[in-house]
Order: sequence, then structure tokens, then C-alpha cells
Amino acid sequence: MTHKSILNIALIGTPNTGKSSLFNRLTGLHQKTGNFPGVTVDKKTGVFHLNPKTKAKVTDLPGTYSIYPKSLDERVVLDVLTGYSKELYPDLIVVVLDASNLRRSLFLLTQINDLNIPTVAAVNMTDVAEKAGRMPDVERLSELIGIPIVPVNAAKGKGIEELKAVIVAAVKSTNSEFAKAKDYVNGNTEILQRIKTEFSLKNEYEALIYLRERDVLEVLKGENRQKVQQLIEKYNYIENGECARKEVLDRHKIVSKIIDQTVAVREVKKQKFRADDLLTHRVGGYLIFFLILFIIFQAVFAWATYPMDLIDTGMARLSAGLQGVMSPGPFTELLTEGILPGIGGILIFIPQIAVLFALIALLEESGYMARVMFLTDKVMRRFGMSGRSVVPLFSGLACAVPAVMAARTIENRKQRLITIFVTPFMSCSARLPVYAILIAVAVPVHYVGGFVNLQGLILFGLYILGFLAALISGVVMKKLLKSGERSFFIMELPKYRIPRLRNILLQIIEKVKIFVWSAGKVILAISIVLWVAAAYGPVDDMEKAAAAVTAKYEHKEISAKQFENEMASAKLQASYAGQFGKLIEPVVAPLGFDWKIGIALLASFAAREVFVGTISTIYSIGSEAENSTIKEKLRSEKNAAGEPVYTLAATFSLLIFYVFAMQCMSTLAVVYRETRSLKWPLLQLFYMTGLAYGASFVVYQLLS
Amino acid sequence: MKTIHKSLANLKIGESAIISGFSDDIAALKLLEMGCLPGEEVTLTRVAPSGDPVCITLDGGELAVGKAEAGSVLLHEE
Repeated sequence: MTHKSILNIALIGTPNTGKSSLFNRLTGLHQKTGNFPGVTVDKKTGVFHLNPKTKAKVTDLPGTYSIYPKSLDERVVLDVLTGYSKELYPDLIVVVLDASNLRRSLFLLTQINDLNIPTVAAVNMTDVAEKAGRMPDVERLSELIGIPIVPVNAAKGKGIEELKAVIVAAVKSTNSEFAKAKDYVNGNTEILQRIKTEFSLKNEYEALIYLRERDVLEVLKGENRQKVQQLIEKYNYIENGECARKEVLDRHKIVSKIIDQTVAVREVKKQKFRADDLLTHRVGGYLIFFLILFIIFQAVFAWATYPMDLIDTGMARLSAGLQGVMSPGPFTELLTEGILPGIGGILIFIPQIAVLFALIALLEESGYMARVMFLTDKVMRRFGMSGRSVVPLFSGLACAVPAVMAARTIENRKQRLITIFVTPFMSCSARLPVYAILIAVAVPVHYVGGFVNLQGLILFGLYILGFLAALISGVVMKKLLKSGERSFFIMELPKYRIPRLRNILLQIIEKVKIFVWSAGKVILAISIVLWVAAAYGPVDDMEKAAAAVTAKYEHKEISAKQFENEMASAKLQASYAGQFGKLIEPVVAPLGFDWKIGIALLASFAAREVFVGTISTIYSIGSEAENSTIKEKLRSEKNAAGEPVYTLAATFSLLIFYVFAMQCMSTLAVVYRETRSLKWPLLQLFYMTGLAYGASFVVYQLLS
Repeated sequence: MKTIHKSLANLKIGESAIISGFSDDIAALKLLEMGCLPGEEVTLTRVAPSGDPVCITLDGGELAVGKAEAGSVLLHEE
């Protein structure tokens, strides 16, 4: 197959048009998530057959109302259309139109059309338009605009074959234009000509885009940006906001004409009761919001517990089973004590991440999330964020990596930075196993007032603590950060609709994939390194430790098993991990931690969840019960003086440390990528960890 | 019809008016792109509990708009 026989398709549309549904329909499970080269915006692509002979690769571009971008997400649309990446430049564009809100869709379509890239359109949401009495005449629409347009029902999968047929047939662009670029340059038409020639552009509209978006276009990276600037000075171009507004108005005039000729408005009875009367009610709205929050919490903890327990015991059994079957040796040890617990430590989060992202997807798909933003915007502004920060903060309860990426939709730079900065305070699912184990160790099962589980109450308290830390840090950042940029809150409230199971399932798969491949890799690697560091040490020290134990028990009565444990414990202390742990013990001692916890803390700086893996690695080497659950191991752990290590004070100090500390390499990496500067991840690392150290110190000193 | 400086922020819930222009150039561009056009009828449908943001209905679609942005949308008096 030759290179060009794969058709490169870009899918474009305004938000909430069912564009993702259409993408899912076209590609099914053959989707890949990645990044757009050079810019950090999620890219979803999929390959499908247009007909038995022709394959197509479709890229799902972020939803936007205009090709002039307002947010980072939207920038990528323009970058792709201006050909910053040759590989991604579309052979054909499919614009998804929303029949129930044709005006906004057609406005975007007129802009796309003027770029002279072959374009077809799919009219979605016809059922909603029908109900609202605003069904467009699709054939007439196609005639007026001059491109093939087909009706589809992406949710039900109707019209997909027809769409494929027009894609195969449409290969030419119209070469028509709805608006003339020279009308929007303050009379300075020469500058357009110059830019067009300088960069060998297709038409003047592209030149206008270069001119207007010169500061942000990826295609103008480096000296090209200066070139545009020089041309502006040379040809004395004066920017005027009036021009941009005139273009929008002119396009809307054309759109109005098209709508008048294609949509016969039919009067429909207005619904007496509207869902929003209740869902955004000044009292009821908040009550329902909190009820939904409560259900989410309940679901995440109640539903996810069963598969998590299953994974937990399953991995322990697998380890024990393998140890019985395989011949003893370093490889068996590495596998059963290093690799398997590491994999278990990754798998155990999947149920929770899946459940939480399923619920978030459900809220977004149904249109309710937009109402949450409406309800919370004013409050979030007080904390330096916006209504749009709710999704990243929510997602932060599962995993900060996709959550930080979700902040891209926030248009205001300052609000976006603050959201990114405070999101890791939200207790992610990686903290939960740490919380769960430590709470189980320190807090007895006790029912307050007969029915509220004390353990659950404390767990909830930790989540609240993380959330409060996020809000308070937001206020601090709001005061410290300077920004001349105005913040806007202009957002569409999409119509409510029934969420599609298919879309939610695909969302879950996508988020779990992000977690497994970005965070999981790190966890597994650290688990293996740790096991090696705990099993090996400087040869001299290891031999001395072994000799000391042998000498000590030479003339004493001791069982073989006990001797083995003493030997293992001595060897661990002499190992690289043990020596390093002891080195940092003075630093963590004021918080109530011993050197073993010290190792686990350090390991957690790669990713919090490693705590569980590390602790299990450390204690399965040094403790009596090889495959008992981790909880029992911790409870029976004694220090050199025979006192329990996990006292109430030490355990709570450790819990608090995990609430606040920035201990996730994957998050730091994603913050670096998203902010394109080292300043933010470093600030986050020192601020959060400093706060954690201080808070833990206070807690330990108060409780002990 | 004479134009006075009455804005979207002055409307009561359920009231409608015709948009005449904008007093904030930057917000105007985004509002225009979203279909909030001079000459269009706009209805204030609801207000968030704190009075900010507000919800407006335009040509079949619903927008949530911050109070400051709503204040920049000027209206014709009927």
C-alpha cells in the first residue's frame, strides 16, 4: 500500500455536537491516544475503512466555536489547519454540525470553508432539532454552502455509511469564500499579499490568520514570527479590534441568510417544567450537587473495594504459589518479591480510576457538568480558579495526571496555572491504598453513634483536608500571581441528553490507559530497583552482618525459621536500601518515622502508591509472615526496643504527610509539560512537601 | 427605538430585550462568536444563587455568562 492511500481526515465541530460519538462510531476500538507533536494537547486518532479499498486515518480535534483560539485546547485546531505538522495536515475535513444549534455550527463552517481544504459536513442532533421544531433542510443546506452534507445520528450509528460515501467522493475544495480577508485588515491589503507570498500560502484568508494569530501559531515558531513582525512594520499595518468583530458579524450575516432559507421554524409547545429549574435552583441545585458528590464517594469506595480486595489477595496467592513451584534463586525472589508486588500495586488502582472516570464521563456526557460550572464559578473565583476548574479538581480524585491535562480548557492563564498548581492536593487514588492501610492499622473498627464507621469518617476527613489545602493554596496563589489578563466566563449550557454507554466505556479505557502507561511504568521500575537495593548491599557489610548473626546465635537454642528471619533482618539493615534509609532517618525521626518508613517515603517520591509496594517488599524480606497481608505486617512491626512502630501518633503523622506532599514523578512531569517551565513543578514540589513536613511534625508532636 | 445604556445585567429573570452593542471589546469578540449578536433577542432565564453568573437564552441556545460580561452587553429599550 502506498503512503498516500490512507486518507487523512480531521474531525472538527463546536463543543457538545456529538463529535466524539461520531469519532467513536467511525473508529470503534481502533483508537490511539497521544499528543500532538510539539504541543501538549491530547490527540485521538483512529484508522477505519471507508470502503474495502480505502483506509482513512481520522483525528478528533478539540471542540471550538471559532478557528481563532481562546484556550490551549482550541489552539491545536488552528495549528493543525495551518499545517504546522505535515503529517497531520488533513486531506479532508469533516465538520460536525449541530442541527439544534445550527447558527454556531455554520459560523465555524464558514471559517473552515474559507481555508480551501476539501470539506464535507455531517449534521448531527437532528432528533433534538426535530423536537424543537427547527429541523434544517439538509439538501438545501448542502446546495447553499456548496459542499456535501449528510444527516447522521452519531449516538445511534445512523448515516455513518452515507458519510463514508461522500468522504470517498469528495476530493476537491470549493475554492469559494464566505468572507473576504481584505475587508478585515484596516484597508491595508498589501500586507496580506506580502504574507501570502512570503510563506507561499493558499489564499488571503490564511494570510489573515497568520497576521492575527502571529503570537500563538506553532507554524510561525522561531524566525518566522519575526518575519511577520517585520512585514507588519514595513507595511505599516495597524491592528484594530474592530476588524475581528466585523469578520464575525459578516459571517453571522451570511449564516443568518442560510438559516432563513433552510430552517422552517415550527412552533412547539414550551415545556412547563425544565430540569434546570431544579438543577440550578439556588437551594435545590446545591443540595443535588452535594448529593451527587456523596453518591460518587460512596460508589468509588463501596464498588471499587471488591475488585481491589480480589486483586490484593490474588497477587499474594500468586506470589506464594510461584514461590512453591519455582526453584529458589535470585530470579524467583526478584519475580515474587519485586516484580509481582509492583504489578499488584498498579492493578489495584484500576477499579477506582475506572469508577471515578465513569462517573465524571456520565456527568459530562449528560450536560450536568456545565451546570456544576455555572453553580460554582463565583465561589471558585474567590480561590483564584473558575467554574471550569471543577473537572480537573474532580479528576484529581482519581489521578492528577489526566486531571492536570483537563485544565487546558481553562481560557484564563492565571486561573489555569492555579488549577494545575493545586490539583495534586486532591487525594488521588494512589493515596487511597496508603490511607486505607494506615487507617486500618491505627483506627479500630468502631461505629460512631451505632452506624457511622470511624475508619470511614477519618478517611473522609483526609479527603476534605486535601480539598481545603487546594482551596487555601488557591487564595495564596491568587494574591501572589500577577496577571493583566481579563478572565471571562462565557460558556454554552448544552441541552441535557442521555449519556451513551459506548462513549463512557471508551472514556474509561482511555483514562486507565493513561494511568497504566504513564504512572504504571514508573511504579514497576521503582519496585524493581527497590527490591534490588533491599536485597543487595556492599559485599563487606553484608558479610559482616551475616557473620555477626551467625556468631550471636552460635551457642543458643533457636529455631531455623527464627534464625532465618534474624539473618534477613540483619541483611536488610546492611543493604543499600537499609543504609540509605538510616542515612535519612534523622530527617524523618521528628515526624515519628523509622528508617524503613524513610525508604518507603523516598520511594514514594517516584509515585505515592509505591509506598504500598515498598512496604510490602521491605517487610516481606524482613518479617516473619511471608505472604500475610500488609496490614498485619505493619501492626506486628516493632522497633529495636520492641515497641510498635506504627503508633497512633506516627501513623497519623504519616497520613498527614501523604495528604500534602508532592510525591509523584508522573505529575511533576505532566505539570512541566503543561506549563512549559521548570518553575511550576519545582515550586509545587517544595511548597507541597514543605507543607507536608511541617504539618506532620506538628501532628506527631501533638499526639505523642 | 432609542438606545440607552441598559445592559443585560439589568434584566430581571424572564425578561427579554434586543441586543444593541457591547461596551467591552474583548468580551464582545467571544460573545459574538457564540452567537450573541446585535439585533438578536435575548432572554435572561436564570441567575446563579450568588447573582453571578447569569443564564441567557438566544436563538435556541443557552449561555452562561459572568455578571461582568453580562454588564457589557448593551440593550435597546423597547
